[in-house]
Amino acid sequence: MQSLIPDYYKELGEAARSGCRKVAWCSSVGPVELLRSLGFAVYFPENHGAMLGASRRAADFISAASALGLSPDICSYMTSDIGAFVQGKTALTSAYGLASVPRPDVLVYNTNQCRDVQDWFSFYSRHFEAPLLGIESPRGMVDVTSAHLRALGQQYQNLASQLEPIAGQSLDIDRLREVVASSLRCTTLWQEALRRGALRPSPLSFLDATVHMGPAVMLRGDPRAERYYEQLLQELDRRAQGGKGAIADERIRLYWEGMPVWGKQAELTEVLAAQGACVVASTYCHSFVFEGLSHPDPFEGMALAYSELFIARAEAYKERYLRTMAQEYGVDAIVFHDARTCPNNSNNRYGLPQRLRAQLGLPFVVIQGDLNDLRLFSEEQARTQLEALLEQVEAGRP
Amino acid sequence: MSGALYCGVDIGASAAKLVLIDESSAVLARVVESSGVDYAGIAQSCLERALGQLGRHADEIVWCVATGYGRNNVEFAKSRATEILCHGKACHHLVPGAITVVDIGGQDNKIIRLDEQGRQLEFKMNRKCAAGTGAFLEEIALRLRVPLEQLDALAQSSTQPVRLGSFCTVFAKTEILSHLRQGVALPDVIAGAFESVASRVLEMDALPGQVVVTGGVVAHNPVLEKLLSRTLGRSVIVPPYPQFTGALGAALCALESSRKTL
Repeated sequence: MQSLIPDYYKELGEAARSGCRKVAWCSSVGPVELLRSLGFAVYFPENHGAMLGASRRAADFISAASALGLSPDICSYMTSDIGAFVQGKTALTSAYGLASVPRPDVLVYNTNQCRDVQDWFSFYSRHFEAPLLGIESPRGMVDVTSAHLRALGQQYQNLASQLEPIAGQSLDIDRLREVVASSLRCTTLWQEALRRGALRPSPLSFLDATVHMGPAVMLRGDPRAERYYEQLLQELDRRAQGGKGAIADERIRLYWEGMPVWGKQAELTEVLAAQGACVVASTYCHSFVFEGLSHPDPFEGMALAYSELFIARAEAYKERYLRTMAQEYGVDAIVFHDARTCPNNSNNRYGLPQRLRAQLGLPFVVIQGDLNDLRLFSEEQARTQLEALLEQVEAGRP
Repeated sequence: MSGALYCGVDIGASAAKLVLIDESSAVLARVVESSGVDYAGIAQSCLERALGQLGRHADEIVWCVATGYGRNNVEFAKSRATEILCHGKACHHLVPGAITVVDIGGQDNKIIRLDEQGRQLEFKMNRKCAAGTGAFLEEIALRLRVPLEQLDALAQSSTQPVRLGSFCTVFAKTEILSHLRQGVALPDVIAGAFESVASRVLEMDALPGQVVVTGGVVAHNPVLEKLLSRTLGRSVIVPPYPQFTGALGAALCALESSRKTL
């Protein structure tokens, strides 16, 4: 299955080049099922943002975006992506042989994660003179109510009507059901894979999980993603049966709350592994589990799946969620990443770590950094803080 | 002189500190040098000076623990520990009981809470910003063209410290120039800079119980002890040789490690 993501990008490049399929840009937690069922080849700029972050060249691109008037304090996925674009560069060239990002026929956002994605897509909509459509989701919900779902379901129906003339075809409700069902199977398998992290030792780390989540982000609704996770599950089970952990000699289990520091994922994993510590679960990777897609109505299913996300919820929900996750995965401590340009994914800012410590007795640390902009990350400070956290966990043991 | 030696070396952003202790945890030697850029070399130099003071040899050191940002560069260290652990260890040794340690360093600040038994309950470091650290005072001294070692005396002579509103070191320097233009006396400006450091430190976290302040900044600027006590509303403790707290903690870790391996 190693060719799955390269094949996906090859198909996307071919669609943009030949015009054989219309290309839709979509936010990562957006209505991909709707787009796929209307025959679009779907591109996810957030994945490109993460690739730029992992390349460690994001700061160069962010500077170019700043010169356009985009603040370096807003989403660094957005600023690095736009900065790369205006410099005529893309991470897709070296990774997948694409000369440029695929030209969009339509851009579809969802504000469930943040407003930045709307502004991000607006830039490209103006540049390519392509229509910009979207779902305006409520945020900060304690509970997702039937009123929320009705209103959102209606938005999805309206969106379908707007997309049909661009796609050049009418929505086939049976095809939509089929794609949603495939997405659900993909999500269920991905969730099962992540649940293997509860085993001792955990057969997968946060680093592994961020690599393997690619198909859940970019190919859900495509049966190939299901096959990918079936194979991954088999591999994880083989490892687990052999008692093989993601790191050698797992002694400390951690939970990672917040975005990855993409350019330092490997280094941070090594710092932890050197002390016998493994991040066995994370909010980030679990955010691509969409149980709501099991709803009998596909429109309300998408509405539910893409509104009940952790990031769109109130602090009270987040507190309950993290408490449950910490207990289910048997973690010894929690690492909070305070990502400077991603306030919506930085959950240390309203006293949550302190409340969880009081409830669970778990030590925590807050790492200052960013998803892409490594100018906002001090490796030495992060290393010292992580090592101090591990020393504290070890010292607290009988 | 004879008996086993235990070594702690703390390679910080500004200064390298080394402490040798004996089996009873008594300090036999202390050495401090500027960290410079060659951490391995400066650690070796500190070691040689400390051994020279005692007329002892390196092979009499049973265990050495390195800490600080340069801890991984200390080639003669047998193990390593974070400065957070080491400051906590030394402060509990010097001030037994439940305490909150505030370490004001050249580059970063740390707040460490310990329980009655000296167990670390939590810790916090400053954000990626020089405000409230020694680097802030260095910048201010440079801008005012005042030697670093005169800052404390000037601040102590202040009668009406100014209030600096800026978080940012660069903005604070601009603000200071504005005060000077308005005729504010230099000691009052410098005292304002120290008050700014105290405020930045105290807003990092709640500081319950007895507060113990360590680090090179408080060692060289006793005015900070007064300001911290005044701002906090109760007396803080500055242990003897506060700049050496991290190195002492490392030496105590060395002693512990050697006992565990017996």
